[in-house]
Amino acid sequence: METYSLLRAFADSWHLLFMFCFFIGVFVYILRPGGKKVHEDTANMIFRNDDKPAAEDNRKRQAGHADLREAK
Amino acid sequence: MLGYIKLAILGFAVVVAAVAAGLARDLSYQIHALIFMVSAAIAFIWLIRRVSEPAPVVDPNTYMDGPVRFGVIATAFWGVVGFLVGVVIAFQLAFPWLNFEWAQGFMNFGRLRPLHTSAVIFAFGGNALISTAFYVVQRTSAARLWGGSLAWFVFWGYQVFILLAATGYVTGSTQSQEYAEPEWLADLWLTIVWVAFLAIYMGTLIKRREPHIYVANWFYLAFIVTVAMLHLINNVQIPVSFLGSASIPVWSGVQSAMIQWWYGHNAVGFFLTAGFLGMMYYFIPKQAERPVYSYKLSIMHFWALIFLYIWAGPHHLHYTALPDWAQTLGMTFSIMLWMPSWGGMINGLMTLSGAWDKLRTDPIIRMMVVAVGFYGMATFEGPMMSIKAVNSLSHYTDWTIGHVHSGALGWNGMITFGALYYLVPKLWQREGLYSLRLVSWHFWLATIGIVLYAASMWVTGIMEGLMWREVDAQGFLVNSFADTVAAKFPMYVVRGIGGVMFLTGAIIMCYNLWKTVTSTAERKPASVGSAVPAE
Amino acid sequence: MGLLDHHGKIERHATLLLVLSFLVVSIGGIVQIVPLFYLDNTIEKVEGMRPYSPLEIAGREIYRREGCYVCHSQMVRPMRDEVERYGHYSLAAESMYDHPFQWGSKRTGPDLARVGGRYSDDWHVQHMIKPQSVVPESIMPSYGFMMNRELTRKDAEEVIDIMGIYRMLGHPYTDEMMDVAMTDFFAQVDPFGDPVADRYPGAQQRNFDGQEAVTEMDAVIAYLQMLGTLVDFDTFVPDASR
Repeated sequence: METYSLLRAFADSWHLLFMFCFFIGVFVYILRPGGKKVHEDTANMIFRNDDKPAAEDNRKRQAGHADLREAK
Repeated sequence: MLGYIKLAILGFAVVVAAVAAGLARDLSYQIHALIFMVSAAIAFIWLIRRVSEPAPVVDPNTYMDGPVRFGVIATAFWGVVGFLVGVVIAFQLAFPWLNFEWAQGFMNFGRLRPLHTSAVIFAFGGNALISTAFYVVQRTSAARLWGGSLAWFVFWGYQVFILLAATGYVTGSTQSQEYAEPEWLADLWLTIVWVAFLAIYMGTLIKRREPHIYVANWFYLAFIVTVAMLHLINNVQIPVSFLGSASIPVWSGVQSAMIQWWYGHNAVGFFLTAGFLGMMYYFIPKQAERPVYSYKLSIMHFWALIFLYIWAGPHHLHYTALPDWAQTLGMTFSIMLWMPSWGGMINGLMTLSGAWDKLRTDPIIRMMVVAVGFYGMATFEGPMMSIKAVNSLSHYTDWTIGHVHSGALGWNGMITFGALYYLVPKLWQREGLYSLRLVSWHFWLATIGIVLYAASMWVTGIMEGLMWREVDAQGFLVNSFADTVAAKFPMYVVRGIGGVMFLTGAIIMCYNLWKTVTSTAERKPASVGSAVPAE
Repeated sequence: MGLLDHHGKIERHATLLLVLSFLVVSIGGIVQIVPLFYLDNTIEKVEGMRPYSPLEIAGREIYRREGCYVCHSQMVRPMRDEVERYGHYSLAAESMYDHPFQWGSKRTGPDLARVGGRYSDDWHVQHMIKPQSVVPESIMPSYGFMMNRELTRKDAEEVIDIMGIYRMLGHPYTDEMMDVAMTDFFAQVDPFGDPVADRYPGAQQRNFDGQEAVTEMDAVIAYLQMLGTLVDFDTFVPDASR
């Protein structure tokens, strides 16, 4: 099977390298300092609104200062 | 107007079901038709008594916790039922006379085992997932459930599905595909219920009042949508008759095997892992009163887990007639799966960093941490068993059964118990649990039970694997198959005892939760008006 | 950095999250399942495979109904001990007519892929009624009730419906096979009946349970006695790169 051997050769050379780099990239991403504020805010979300829903316009108000870059 | 349409549909359903019950070609179908008839009739009567009343006013600034409360009760109930059937079939394997003469056509091991697996996975696990999903999505979206009474339909519809499946197994209606045994009628019904579940979930997320979607919701969402995909594709079948329960699956042979284990492994991967990880990401931080250790890690955990899991199916088919390329892919991805699994485990465990002392004082957090521990253990054992060389020994043996149970009892069971202990005081506005001492008893009974279970299955599994392949100096097989069966007897008894301990723990939990609701002080509302029940 | 920052969008858009998750989970299945339907060497070309006879279908449906697959595999792996214990390793071709496959996942009892012809009908009857009477160590439940469950024309009609579905799904049932299916169903338990093997080569034809009536026991034993006996391994050439 020609396609098989070809794919096989690709899978254990370049694709392996790609996956390895991707894996390293993932680690770098996790450890990068940017975006910390947003994530901290999100992680703490579970401690709000335990007993009743938030106010109706809460999403808009929150979006304003939680992440300024995306609030266009 | 809507009320009248509902009544018309229900009335029509009662008539159709009654006719179908009368014309049924087999017992299972007749029972199924009767279940539909009775459920539709109950819903009809319930609705008609309220048809002239003004529609109840629903305050959108409260949570809809009615279905969650019912879901919690159903989880505890089906849990005990499922564990009980498990204990029965465990002892049937040790003492075959427990396949009683008088119950031959209904309660032989072959019919009770699907009952056990479905009861624990779909009835216990499924109710736990649906009720916690409804709870978590409301709290993290800061919004009431979308869809109004549709949530009640999902809850009751799901119980009807469980009844259809359970009565079907006992009366001999099975598709003979593991964990996908229900036949076409039950499958169709589940599809309807599941689509409603997805709609409620998406609807609530869309109308949420928080800017971000909390990570637990991603796991729940991936679980719901993936299970829908798996269910639809694995259950493509042609009914033999529309008046009979039997159906013929469209896929055959090697394709059928591949699709079945793509389904089967991802029932584990998405039903029992992704969904329960959603529980982990909400309830552990809540109980520990600390945010999740690393939110970024949870993002990577999510994408890596859902991408890799779906490939792992073929490791159930090593050395079979499945082509080698598929087996190799399955093995490779299964091994890689170890990474995101442990990433998630670390994330769950490290959430406690700085609060480890809670392990000493809070038996609920102890339960959750042990659950994550068992998750870590099972997700190490799984990739190891998916290596072809290991699998050649472990496959077809009790080792697999032990592996599954350290995951199911340890991870799914314990995290669910933890969630139930957390939820009941919240949902019924109680000060706290009735007794933490009883939680401790539950914890130790369950933990020791699991250890007995897993250890005995390791012993029998590895022993029978080695006995099967043992050859003497002349090259002849040493053991007959029957020898290996006889050798496993003592460990089968130990396994049964482990199961009894686990079941006892669950019964203690039910008592504790019951007393919590009936005889502990009511919680004082945190702020005025917040403790009003949603329904 | 730029690309990764976009993840924030997914975190805020429920539909996008749903669609992306679905795409991610669909990849694995597509890569592993779809090729099995078109790669030529997925199912070996062998001599001898044929669709099930009507009585065998009835037996197979009982096998499924009772959950036999829960404890018995039908898949011999290519390992020394298994080949020695059970016979030639199983081929994909041998389950090509199995809707669904019955390879199993657990051997609480032995593999049954090649049980056909291994034991006498009498042994099977004894074993089903009381397994411990022939294998003292056995933990199998007894299935004696199958002796009393008579198969009628109604049951045969159900089987013919199933054959119709199989035919629709591509099993090579001829018009003749369909026409005489009812006769074949009952002929297979009658040693003096019209030879069923004319249409289903290798089908066993005799009174399996020794009783006058045609029972579920007959059907199950007819099915078991055929298992793994069809392929002619003298003409089988394994494909090295499969």
